[in-house]
Amino acid sequence: MADKVEFELVSPEKLLTSQPVDMVVVPGSEGDFGVLAGHSPMISTVRPGVIDVYEGDRIVDRVFVAGGFAEVTETRCTVLAEEAVPVAEIDRAKVEQAIRDLGEDLEDAKADDERARVEAKLAIARAKLDAAGASVTAH
Amino acid sequence: MPSLKDLKNRISSVQSTRKITSAMKMVAASKLRRAQEQAEAGRPYAERMGRMLASLAANVQDSGNGPKLMTGTGADQVHLLIIISSDRGLCGAFNGSIVRESRRQILRLQSEGKTVKLLTVGRKARDQLRREFGSLIVETYEDVGRRKLSFADADMVAQKVLSLFDAGEFDVCSVIFNKFKSAISQIVTVQQLIPFAVEAQAEEVASDELKPVYEFEPDEEQILAELLPRNLSIQVYRALLESAASEQGARMTAMDNATRNAGDMINKLTITYNRTRQAYITKELIEIISGAEAV
Repeated sequence: MADKVEFELVSPEKLLTSQPVDMVVVPGSEGDFGVLAGHSPMISTVRPGVIDVYEGDRIVDRVFVAGGFAEVTETRCTVLAEEAVPVAEIDRAKVEQAIRDLGEDLEDAKADDERARVEAKLAIARAKLDAAGASVTAH
Repeated sequence: MPSLKDLKNRISSVQSTRKITSAMKMVAASKLRRAQEQAEAGRPYAERMGRMLASLAANVQDSGNGPKLMTGTGADQVHLLIIISSDRGLCGAFNGSIVRESRRQILRLQSEGKTVKLLTVGRKARDQLRREFGSLIVETYEDVGRRKLSFADADMVAQKVLSLFDAGEFDVCSVIFNKFKSAISQIVTVQQLIPFAVEAQAEEVASDELKPVYEFEPDEEQILAELLPRNLSIQVYRALLESAASEQGARMTAMDNATRNAGDMINKLTITYNRTRQAYITKELIEIISGAEAV
């Protein structure tokens, strides 16, 4: 396949990646979707999960994102991530600790909106742990 | 006529002041570079967010029932002003101009019969506005980005604004900050955040390239409902970044001036010192000579 799609990963603090790739798989909020060159234009929300970057048939890069937005055009795939960490750099122990802390926070939380906020954070941390776990078994 | 000792003390005190101001200038210069880099790095996200928002807004506006963050509450009775200043002084007119503009805006809105609420970021704005408008201040933040400004700081402010908005505490929200133009020039800017003014950006996008027709997943309104609060955080973040860069720029210029003034002062004092010294020597000589003649 000759055509490549321009993949951009941006966080509020900086432009993380900008490179032509063969395919990216983005965890959309309504299911994962793969983007090849010539994909129809689309805007989607992104759930916490892992973005896989493909060169040919191989995964060359795996990046965890904590939610955000994806904009897809025929030649480009832009992901606006709230937080992005390469899967290889996730520290399992730290995430597990964070999950424990959040669990305690959840028990302390009284107001509904506070509870919802902690739950959202917890979901992100769990997804992060899943991502780290998947990468350990994959290698 | 001051004594020689006084002059000497004076000179050495001005010299140490000059050392301090020139060190501060150096520090401000390196912080300015870092702040500028950070502002630069944040630009791609804001740009793409703007583009996405514009194409979404175009779609939703047709349907006529956008979320409140974009269309407003339908009233403009209560205004919330976010005032961004610095925590530290010694940065020229930086804080003064922010406070002056804020005061002008507050008085203008009040004269139109509107209610004004204030949210200040940075110690200086709070201190200077407290006396006159203390009852209007609903929230203050200090030490925001003391070491390094992060997106989380901006998010914290934005969340507070959102919760106020959801509670129906205000109708219109604007931010007042120093926009960075160059190290010697900062422009006080007032930008409206809620309701979010999309039109200007939408036109820009329409004129550049052929606007692709997007599919949305889930539907437009749901995406917009997530995108708008995020956009608010981004706008606050940008304002904070601009303000941080401006602050360092202003401080650098102010300290540069101070260093130069100290130099001038040292020259002047040194000349006076030398003259006085010579006068003393001459006087002593005259005393000796006239003493010898008298014998």
